Amino acid sequence: MNTLYSILDSLLPFDWLGYNFMKNAFIAILLIAPLLGILGTMAVNNKMAFFSDALGHSALTGVALGVVLGVENEIISMVAFGVLLALIIAKVKKAKTASSDTVISVFSSASIALGLVILSAGGGFQKYSQYLIGDILSISASEIAMLAAAFVAVIAVWALIFNKLLLLSINRELAASRGVKTSLIENIFVVLVAVVVMLSIKWIGVLLINSLLILPAAAARNVARNSRQYLAFSVLISLVCGISGLIFAYYADTSAGATIVLICSAVFFITYLFRRK
Amino acid sequence: MAEANGCGLCKIKVNNISVKKGSDVLLRDVSFELHCGELTALIGVNGAGKTTLLRAILGEIHHSGNVTYESHDGKTLERVTIGYVPQFLDFDRSTPVSVRDFLLCGRTGEPVCLRRPKALCAEVEKALAAVGAAELASRRLGELSGGEMQRVMLASALYPVPELLILDEPVSGVDTLGSERFYESISELRKNYHMSIVMVSHDLQLVRRHADKVLLINRQVLCHGDVDYVYSSKEFRTAFTGGALE
Repeated sequence: MNTLYSILDSLLPFDWLGYNFMKNAFIAILLIAPLLGILGTMAVNNKMAFFSDALGHSALTGVALGVVLGVENEIISMVAFGVLLALIIAKVKKAKTASSDTVISVFSSASIALGLVILSAGGGFQKYSQYLIGDILSISASEIAMLAAAFVAVIAVWALIFNKLLLLSINRELAASRGVKTSLIENIFVVLVAVVVMLSIKWIGVLLINSLLILPAAAARNVARNSRQYLAFSVLISLVCGISGLIFAYYADTSAGATIVLICSAVFFITYLFRRK
Repeated sequence: MAEANGCGLCKIKVNNISVKKGSDVLLRDVSFELHCGELTALIGVNGAGKTTLLRAILGEIHHSGNVTYESHDGKTLERVTIGYVPQFLDFDRSTPVSVRDFLLCGRTGEPVCLRRPKALCAEVEKALAAVGAAELASRRLGELSGGEMQRVMLASALYPVPELLILDEPVSGVDTLGSERFYESISELRKNYHMSIVMVSHDLQLVRRHADKVLLINRQVLCHGDVDYVYSSKEFRTAFTGGALE
């Protein structure tokens, strides 16, 4: 980590990168932003914006379950619960018994309420409020290492399923005719989203995580003409907003997550004005 | 896999396919055979289960029964190349995916957003040119007109050249002249590539002109055989009395 710090010091000798916690936050943004930017493209293609929102909300239940079950590292219980919930929602959605909006909304409400009830028992919710808005400045070196490992794994899986997922987002039967195992691919993708959302939530916050997943991709869609541009713009927008948001938050002393999302929103509206007709 | 012009597949057997949705039986014990080089038209009234049957053949819907593929020498083939033209596409039209991306992603495992191999791109151009859509390669899929979309979907279904081609009402939303031309090109494909073709259609006149076999269903097989045989059957008259024949 120290080598990484000195590299940063020599490459980017800026005031705002002076403190180690800012260096950590900077590295974390370099990992989280592209991940969310990449997964966001497919989440938007597959009309999953609301789904990932529900997933984010369920993080509180994940934390709560961790507390109840005595799991030491709450990230484990969050990821486990997130993956489980993602698979359940995907299954219920496929059954098409109720409108998927309604189904997702029910799961979202139930899981956020359950989390709040458990965590607020005894009046001690204060210490968990970090999860609501996140605090990227508190990320530690070991947590960055975990993010880096997840980064590599998620990108590898994503590259394997990208084409199949793209075909699936255009037409299910067409994908099936090409030998794509549609349900399996869909499940792998929702698990990827669940893992990334849960790993990032402590730093970005329940309230903001979905914006970071959806906004860069939504902005990129406004101006991209093909898959390559879509991906490139989404990652680029995500990174630029992430870094500039962090810098702005440092000088203005605002919440980093919220500042990043605000800049993303601005970029969305700008690209909307210039969208290809 | 078969070569482009010499078909390795001979027979497709659909064995006792049943599909249930809750207590509703959508398809009951549907069995039939398809042979290569034949165009089989799948006809039936609305709600007869035509699209459901296609989805079952594609394995996209839970069903009992199975589909087996046999080669000329009687061996069972594990997998065949299937081309499919959907009835309509309800994907998000603002999706940034080019026609080229779309054709490539059914052909290669490498993410098309990262790498588009030159050789495959050339193949894609050729596949598009074959259906008169060469100029559409760089267009966004969502901005195509109905007729353009149909040609691109056909190009996609024929790339790589399939052994079984499934068309789900491919000419809905296209004018008469366009649909006649479409049927002609399908007939040519069948002759040139010797593939077996299943097509859902509502246009009984065009079916009469172009199909070799007709499969009439209404949640089960009502009648199956040569065009004249099916069209003169009692089941056919019962199914289409009142309106659909004019």
